[in-house]
Amino acid sequence: MKAHLTRRYRFPASHRLHSEALTPEENQRVYGKCNNPHGHGHNYALEVTVSGQVDPETGMVCNLADLDGFVDREIVEHYGHANLNTLPEFEQLVPTTENLCSAIYGKLKEQFRLAHVEKVRMEETMLNSFEYAGGDELRH
Amino acid sequence: MVYLTRRAEFSASHYYHNPKFSAEENRRIFGKCNNPHGHGHNYMLEVTVKGDVDPRSGFVVDLKELKETMNREVIEALDHRHLNQEVPEFVAQIPTSENLAIAIWNRLRPKLNLAKLHRVRLYETADLFVDFYGEV
Repeated sequence: MKAHLTRRYRFPASHRLHSEALTPEENQRVYGKCNNPHGHGHNYALEVTVSGQVDPETGMVCNLADLDGFVDREIVEHYGHANLNTLPEFEQLVPTTENLCSAIYGKLKEQFRLAHVEKVRMEETMLNSFEYAGGDELRH
Repeated sequence: MVYLTRRAEFSASHYYHNPKFSAEENRRIFGKCNNPHGHGHNYMLEVTVKGDVDPRSGFVVDLKELKETMNREVIEALDHRHLNQEVPEFVAQIPTSENLAIAIWNRLRPKLNLAKLHRVRLYETADLFVDFYGEV
């Protein structure tokens, strides 16, 4: 039997939305308050969904301790309490939550081998959320 | 096609243990969940059904009927129970949320007359949930 498992994590981080491809006026117009040069922060919530056959020996899609260990080490440690603009992946990329979502999905897809990575969902605030499944349509 | 989701809550205890594994393996694989005295959760169940809207009633499904079926087939059997000791599915299976979501699907599916079961979502905690869509 195939099941989907979703785990929720949290980390705070700061960022500033600013694009070198735009003029200062355009940056101001497009990003508004998010263009403040001193940056601002969010309490991000991250949901990781993995899927796979339920192992008859353990009753699990994957061991939660392995998923938690990977996400804590590779994602929460990396992004938590960081200024996203200073990280290598955002040197050339605006650290919007769209781009953050896709960076986290990419890291999971490349490095987490113990279950199929279905989707990453991120809440930037309680009012905004973003989901990425590698370009696939989302399952209802 | 419209999708309709109904929630229900239940509380139950369980522990994870596979008699095929040694005591050390059980502790290593299942960690704290291997405590033989068990522990409990407040589970939140979301059952999603789908179907066309009946032009006379305006319903996908009679919600009262869905609620009663969920209560009878799932909540009465699981609420305030020790899953390992009192629920037949878990005599030979480990009561993880994956297996519990599958067991709930198998209990509900034959009892839903008109609506088609789409998804069982089971929250073990606010930070962990399993979805089962009836896929083999």
